[in-house]
Amino acid sequence: MALLRRSPHLLKPLTPPPPAASALSLRHAFSSDTTPITVETSIPFTGHNCEPPSRSVETSAKELMTFFTDMATMRRMEIAADSLYKAKLIRGFCHLYDGQEAVAIGMEAGITRKDCIITAYRDHCIYYCRGGTLLGTFAELMGRKDGCSNGKGGSMHFYKPNNGFYGGHGIVGAQVPLGVGLAFAQKYNKEDHVSFALYGDGAANQGQLFEALNMAALWDLPAIFICENNHYGMGTAEWRAAKSPSYYKRGDYVPGLKVDGMDALAVKQACMYAKEHALKNGPLILEMDTYRYHGHSMSDPGSTYRTRDEVSGVRQERDPIERVRKLLLAHDIATEKELKDIEKEKRKEVDDAIAKAKESPMPDPSELYTNVYVKGYGVEACGADRKGVKAVLP
Amino acid sequence: MASIFQGVGAATAISSSACFDSKKLIFSAATPRFLTEKKGSFFMVRSDGRLNHNNGISSRAEKIVTNAVAAKADAPAASATSKSGHELLLFEALREGLEEEMDRDPRVCVMGEDVGHYGGSYKVTKGLAPKFGDLRVLDTPIAENSFTGMGIGAAMTGLRPVIEGMNMGFLLLAFNQISNNCGMLHYTSGGQFTIPVVIRGPGGVGRQLGAEHSQRLESYFQSIPGIQMVACSTPYNAKGLMKAAIRSENPVILFEHVLLYNLKEKIPDEEYVCNLEEAEMVRPGEHITILTYSRMRYHVMQAAKTLVNKGYDPEVIDIRSLKPFDLHTIGNSVKKTHRVLIVEECMRTGGIGASLTAAINENFQDYLDAPIVCLSSQDVPTPYAGTLEEFTIVQPAQIVTAVEQLCR
Repeated sequence: MALLRRSPHLLKPLTPPPPAASALSLRHAFSSDTTPITVETSIPFTGHNCEPPSRSVETSAKELMTFFTDMATMRRMEIAADSLYKAKLIRGFCHLYDGQEAVAIGMEAGITRKDCIITAYRDHCIYYCRGGTLLGTFAELMGRKDGCSNGKGGSMHFYKPNNGFYGGHGIVGAQVPLGVGLAFAQKYNKEDHVSFALYGDGAANQGQLFEALNMAALWDLPAIFICENNHYGMGTAEWRAAKSPSYYKRGDYVPGLKVDGMDALAVKQACMYAKEHALKNGPLILEMDTYRYHGHSMSDPGSTYRTRDEVSGVRQERDPIERVRKLLLAHDIATEKELKDIEKEKRKEVDDAIAKAKESPMPDPSELYTNVYVKGYGVEACGADRKGVKAVLP
Repeated sequence: MASIFQGVGAATAISSSACFDSKKLIFSAATPRFLTEKKGSFFMVRSDGRLNHNNGISSRAEKIVTNAVAAKADAPAASATSKSGHELLLFEALREGLEEEMDRDPRVCVMGEDVGHYGGSYKVTKGLAPKFGDLRVLDTPIAENSFTGMGIGAAMTGLRPVIEGMNMGFLLLAFNQISNNCGMLHYTSGGQFTIPVVIRGPGGVGRQLGAEHSQRLESYFQSIPGIQMVACSTPYNAKGLMKAAIRSENPVILFEHVLLYNLKEKIPDEEYVCNLEEAEMVRPGEHITILTYSRMRYHVMQAAKTLVNKGYDPEVIDIRSLKPFDLHTIGNSVKKTHRVLIVEECMRTGGIGASLTAAINENFQDYLDAPIVCLSSQDVPTPYAGTLEEFTIVQPAQIVTAVEQLCR
């Protein structure tokens, strides 16, 4: 058995487990190991108007296992969403995040739940990392009552207010001024926390971004702008849309950092550095060099503007989950089989969540009129047939 | 149809509990008849000399009334309600309301262009920055889209910003933020976020300000779900509506008018809040209901002077709440007079008047003796030349003609 290769003290399970769970409890034994391990990031950081942080990142076995587990879940989640969309259970727009998982998990590892995150429509995985549930995700995608926004938001409107996740916005770039508003509130309330406003390389050409940058820099707001550069606005490559695709430099007077977005540890290091910087010196731009395997959304095959070779090339060389897997194996934190078992377990979890979400009912018709206004104003709302359908907006 | 009144009436009763001192303002002496039908509490409009007049008329419409108009900048000789009370201009009333709310709740903050050190381009925020500090009365760069977005983002965390557009027309640049984020976030998040912002600014046709600075944005914003819109017209309701808007959990757009900032009136010393969804009875009458808001109220009252001399008795209602309409007050009035004239400053196409016409037609069809007439501005960009500008908006003479035709 593979277990024989392990160091002797790990052979004894912590508690006498049932056979099926032996791998689990053993995994718990070493995955809760928090002794620091130092890992070098894949490439050094590049700074603009700032001193880049060191390449050596401190992590631990526990953290690496969390990375692997969570990224495996996210990957499974997005692929499952793909199948659900093709089965016409998810309609409308569905923007998938597979390939970019390292940004979500790395950011989460570097910050606290009191720091705010706001992003655009590719929000499923960030919602998950911020404490969202699989049931909430799938139910919302399918428009059911148990969804995180009661089925009324859809793929582009996931939120988790008590964990500092402010969504989930459909219009490209509009979330960046909102993110500056979050930072403004943090400064107003004299909190020691920061706000991360995520946007893509497509949104980086929006005017409101530069307006927001100006205001954040002017008032030293603790705002961190993260450009998730997956190199394609919907179907337009970055070099065809931006005169200067060095998004980390475009802040000019705002310092920037270029990060390998497929390396979760690099992302973690960058976010920790950014938080420290923002609390002292105001805003910072982080450009995460990442890649999405799917097209822009489910309506986009993703192959008309890039070659399949390119996609599979990135998958082979830079896949974030593979990188963490190699680290885990190299540092003897887990075996191949254990990791495969984790992936299987997560796949089952995702399938269970989907099954449960499918059972969740559609929202009640009266829900059409709820939450238009905040409770307390008995505003009348009528349907097209003013005699037939009448409701008082609660 | 009765169910509508029930719904709206109940709503008025609920929301009017938020208004204090409303009872004090009802005169037992001269309560017009229809008031007793109403369930909610009620405000007598108090602008200038009208008060004394109402006391005298005792609301029976047969008598010819000689002094029905609110003069624009007259100080009233005596105020029947409050012996105390202080006189001020409309922009000062707005400032008073804002200052009181900022004193009361530390989460209220102001942001806009030149609101801080400059004191506001119409002096509404004068003196607030030295008192509350630069972060609470924030001078923003000229970036409407993003500072409106910033205000909305701050509101998501619990702050209560008052966002000023230097001119309402500039808020067109922030339309995306107002429509998608401000109006819809409460809904798309399933109720997880409230956006208690107030977006305010002067709009309307001024004195030869040119086409781009004379816009009436209420017609563009009216179909955004999730927002409330109110228009103030007197110092009394300006202060009251400002306070109510700040206290409201919903996003409220408060429309002011460039030409009304220097109106003078005596307002009570004690604290009061106006009802956001309620219309204001300016002048009770019997023959025709004239619905108006903002500056056109004064054109209507001027026309009312002439009409009264000619023997008509118009009922003038300042609708105040542009979204949602106060169909309760309006409905009661229509049931009484059976004729409706709408006078507004919006364009003919797609304006507030157009929506109001549709709403009244659908709900009160049986009570109308004549088709609703809606007088609105011409569908043209506002020209610079003074005479042409006068032609684009509704003038008192046109109102008189319309009433005469309707009441034939």
